[in-house]
Amino acid sequence: MVPISYYLVLSAILFSLGVVGFLIKRNLITLFMSIELMLNAVNLAFVAFAWQWKSLNGQVFVFFVMVVAAAEAAVGLAIIIAVFRTRETLNVDRVNLLKL
Amino acid sequence: MSAFSQYFTGFDYTLSLPMVLLTLFALGVLLIDLMLPVEWKRLNAVTALLGIMFSGAALFLRIQVPYRAAEARGMSLYRFTHGFGGSIAMDSFAIYFFYLFLAAGAITILMSTRYLEVEKENHGEFYALILLSMVGMMGMACGTDLIVLFISLELMAISTYVLVGFLRRDRRSNEASLKYLLLGAFSSGIFAYGLSLLYGLTGSTRLPQIAAMLNGYLATRPTDPILVLALITTATGLLFKIAAVPFHQWAPDAYEGAPTSITGFMSVAGKAAAWALLLRIFLYGIHPLRPLYLPLLVFVAIATMTGGNLAALTQTNLKRLFAYSSIAHVGYMLLGLIAGDQHRVNADGIKGILIYLLVYTFMNLGVFAVITSLRRRDIIGDELDDISGLWFKAPTEAVLMMTFLLSLAGIPPLAGFYGKYFIFLSLIGTGHYALASLAVVYVAVALYYYIKVVNAMFMRPAVDTVPVSLSPAMRVALFVTAVATVGIGLVPDPFIRAATWSLHLAQYAPVAQLLR
Repeated sequence: MVPISYYLVLSAILFSLGVVGFLIKRNLITLFMSIELMLNAVNLAFVAFAWQWKSLNGQVFVFFVMVVAAAEAAVGLAIIIAVFRTRETLNVDRVNLLKL
Repeated sequence: MSAFSQYFTGFDYTLSLPMVLLTLFALGVLLIDLMLPVEWKRLNAVTALLGIMFSGAALFLRIQVPYRAAEARGMSLYRFTHGFGGSIAMDSFAIYFFYLFLAAGAITILMSTRYLEVEKENHGEFYALILLSMVGMMGMACGTDLIVLFISLELMAISTYVLVGFLRRDRRSNEASLKYLLLGAFSSGIFAYGLSLLYGLTGSTRLPQIAAMLNGYLATRPTDPILVLALITTATGLLFKIAAVPFHQWAPDAYEGAPTSITGFMSVAGKAAAWALLLRIFLYGIHPLRPLYLPLLVFVAIATMTGGNLAALTQTNLKRLFAYSSIAHVGYMLLGLIAGDQHRVNADGIKGILIYLLVYTFMNLGVFAVITSLRRRDIIGDELDDISGLWFKAPTEAVLMMTFLLSLAGIPPLAGFYGKYFIFLSLIGTGHYALASLAVVYVAVALYYYIKVVNAMFMRPAVDTVPVSLSPAMRVALFVTAVATVGIGLVPDPFIRAATWSLHLAQYAPVAQLLR
């Protein structure tokens, strides 16, 4: 039997990788993949906790997180295509018309 | 089917009727749009407004009236409010926010009709997305289960990402949408991680159960690192959504690039929904953690007031200026949540937040209605120069704009004064004198950049002579926002009573105890 802490540490590592990837990468598609990685870390944590508590709520939450991730990806890719059409670049640093 | 009806009764659907109606009308708009020739596209706005009216009528007749009747007879309200096995609670708190979203959505639709024609992007999806994002907002206000809250948050957010990028051919709109999407999805990820940890600590996704379990947990292990991590990630996600400094970077960009009427919609309805979610989670779910989150909130509130107000001073783009001003207003509202001691929230503070959100809806939508009406062929109309000399071209609009601005600054007897009044009252009542004086200083700073806009309107010559023409729908929007801004200021009592009523969470003992 694998103890629950293993799953949680793995989930924390995946989540941190996602956050770091989001902060240091510059390609739009990679940023998107980092966000997906964060959400999958969340899913892993939910499943592990659901197993520990013997409750189904966590499992159900995972389905909804997956749905949200899919919807976000659909809208996100559409927006990325719209951006690419007007600028011909996928580098987030060159999407800089609005000053920070 | 029989297994299904075992879990859900007709009453569950009655409780969700306002949301169901809005969804059906959103789908209706999409279908009708397919059959409409271009010159009839305005019918989409009519359909959407009808949907909002039906939803409001259902809310009043099916939810508010039975609720008040049960309240008057002193019955247990739990049965009248909770549906879907306790996942949603249509209590007075939710009803208050539902009306707010319906009003904001209706005014936004009125503002948008002419604007979309000028931008040549008059598609039915626009109205459908507004209705769907309103459904999401409603779910955020009435959910008491983490799953419902998360799904509703995402429904609102994803609809808004598309609305921000609705001007497909405009590079600024694309860019705003992209930045909003990336940071919004990032913050949702952090928020979801926080929710997973909360679930792991308590074994439940229901807010009241989470609160009960946290109470027990705190008694044994008060500074468990997992607990702190859960609090920080959840709070970070929520603070991202209300655009508090240092999580505000998306707001100015998204506000500047979005279609102007959507900027108004996001800044009032989206903000109110995020606040409803924040209050639900902080008051219902994690209130036992108040000693832990209080220092965090004090830091964020000071940073938000400072960052928002100082950054607004130097802006020359109107939409960006009001983006920073809306960040500053979030700072004042956060003070309402801080008021109180280590374990109790001051009821005046929460009342102040609710009234603030109500008056902010009308005055800020009014400001954006005026800015939207400046959009004409070839003129984007969102720079400070575009509004200069408005007094000479359209005196009525200039006076209305000045009213909204003074109300935003908090000058009595306009509506904006009462939001700040209750928040400052609660701060002084609970002994936070330093925070109260800091907030007053920033109110004075804010007056500078609001007066700068007034100065441009009245003192500077107009850059062009193109007259400002208002569509009939826009006139209605301006009329409603102006009447509300002046009216709430002159006759505040009914609205203060409504906010007090919405805090009557008497059937829910922990919150009733919490609010003193």
